[in-house]
Amino acid sequence: MKTEFWPVFWKEMIKFFRFKSLFFTTLVQPALWMAFFGTAMSSNFDRLNVLYSIPSGVGQVGYLTFMGAGVIAMTALFTSLYGGMTLIYDKNFGLMKEMIASPMQRSQIILGLGLSGITKGFIQAIIIMVFGTLFLGVDFFSQQNLPGIVCSVLGILLFVGTFSLGFIFLSSGIALRLETHEGMQGIMTVLSMPLFFVSNALYPADAFPAVLKALSVINPLTYLVNGIRYFAIGNDFYALGKHYIYTTEIVSWSYAALLIFTLCTFVFAMDSINNVSVT
Amino acid sequence: MDDISFEVLQGEIFSFLGPNGAGKSTTINLLTTLMKVQKGEAIVAGHNVATDSRSVRRSIGIVFQNEVLDRDLTVRETLEFHGMIYQIPREKRREIIEDLLEIVDLGSKRNVRTKYLSGGMKRRLEIARGLMTRPKILFLDEPTIGLDPQTRLKIWEHIREINDSGTTIFLTTHYMDEADNLSDRIAIIDNGKIIVTETPDNLKQSLGRDVIRINTGDNRAATSLLENNSRDLSISRSDDGITLITEKDGSSVLPSILNLLNGAGIDLLNVDVKKPTLDEVFVHYTGREIRDEPTDKVQPRPRPHRRR
Repeated sequence: MKTEFWPVFWKEMIKFFRFKSLFFTTLVQPALWMAFFGTAMSSNFDRLNVLYSIPSGVGQVGYLTFMGAGVIAMTALFTSLYGGMTLIYDKNFGLMKEMIASPMQRSQIILGLGLSGITKGFIQAIIIMVFGTLFLGVDFFSQQNLPGIVCSVLGILLFVGTFSLGFIFLSSGIALRLETHEGMQGIMTVLSMPLFFVSNALYPADAFPAVLKALSVINPLTYLVNGIRYFAIGNDFYALGKHYIYTTEIVSWSYAALLIFTLCTFVFAMDSINNVSVT
Repeated sequence: MDDISFEVLQGEIFSFLGPNGAGKSTTINLLTTLMKVQKGEAIVAGHNVATDSRSVRRSIGIVFQNEVLDRDLTVRETLEFHGMIYQIPREKRREIIEDLLEIVDLGSKRNVRTKYLSGGMKRRLEIARGLMTRPKILFLDEPTIGLDPQTRLKIWEHIREINDSGTTIFLTTHYMDEADNLSDRIAIIDNGKIIVTETPDNLKQSLGRDVIRINTGDNRAATSLLENNSRDLSISRSDDGITLITEKDGSSVLPSILNLLNGAGIDLLNVDVKKPTLDEVFVHYTGREIRDEPTDKVQPRPRPHRRR
């Protein structure tokens, strides 16, 4: 029965769209990052650009465009990281009993939630791309024709989807092992800060001190940002004093890294749901 | 649960009656496959709970003791969701939902979110949900806990209707009147053991003919006096007075009791003669009364603001 997870997905999406204010804030947050942090920093960084000599034939990319990719990644991270929270309510208020006492297999709960995580990630990524390029001056897909843009968007969604799935599995697995909403909130806060800042989302990671650099290498967010930049900006550009070259190998490896991460968290989430006690 | 064994007949309303903590919910959890049977065997609707849990789940409906409703879904969505997880096709689902909303009188509330429903409406919705899958057996765990008297009567009515249409009902309760009113048979359960299983009438008749309750100026002296002088009475004393269960017609026994007390100079404060109720039956079998202590299950649960 391959569509057994459908009701879980259906219910999540109803609630995602039902709460207008919540839906709206998840979209406003990335816009605010770009509008305030982005524009403020870009006036600083772009002033420093005169200090670097840009190799001929390489395009210079403004900071807002550079960080736009990071903001898409950040939004996917936060949305999926909090996506498992709903399981704590389901568990504590008995809603999970309804599903566990039904003929539906437990694993389907995780799959349904995962699909809802991907969908939310897609909706947000697309809105950020449209909003950023139309209103904030983010310069995505500049050298590309229409079919190229469609392919690039699909490429970005592939990366965002895999990443979101990985983090919603992680978040679900943690939620199923915790008792309280407060505990979950605490863990999410502790996780989200290093994940976000120890990555190449807002700045290049190459100049990090050795420890941070090592952490950035095992940070899935780094690989997501690689993928988004490759598709949105290009395989050869210059930003923040660094020459970015994304070869096919780098991008393929980045995707493989996300897949490995998602497989690991999938195993973790499955183990959690199969061992959860609901009585 | 301590070595229990019982059979529920097809089409009957069978009640587990016992105080909180007696093991009623545990039994439901075992029979509905939410908990694993440690030792022994349970067959539900012809399927073994341990080896064929998916078939068991397809044959049963459950109404849990605690409110289990997603407060952000509407009445119709709640039923839709349930139908979907049981893979009922869309057209059939719609049809069943319309029928059930009619049965539990929630038709006008179909698009209201469950958090805006009253306690009785929520319970009726949960019962409707338990019936979505047209189960052979409906499990009801304390169906009227925390509800007002009128709502309880209404829910009893629904339960009887459901039973009349052929659904076997397994009910747990700690309310005497609920067990008495609804059940075809009652199992009195205490400390994880089944003490007796009988029809309500047989349970009451097993005690004797009538119950005389008296209250005197000196209950202690009156009790020992009666114990020494009457052979056909079963006597028990509590804080509220003395309960006498007679083997003969109560009103013919009463004068001799009054004479006895009078002769000993014990003041009689009040007298009451009635048929035995399930309360006396319960005290008789377990040696204690069910105290309807307030449990936190009855209180509305605090719900922190949701975020995701």
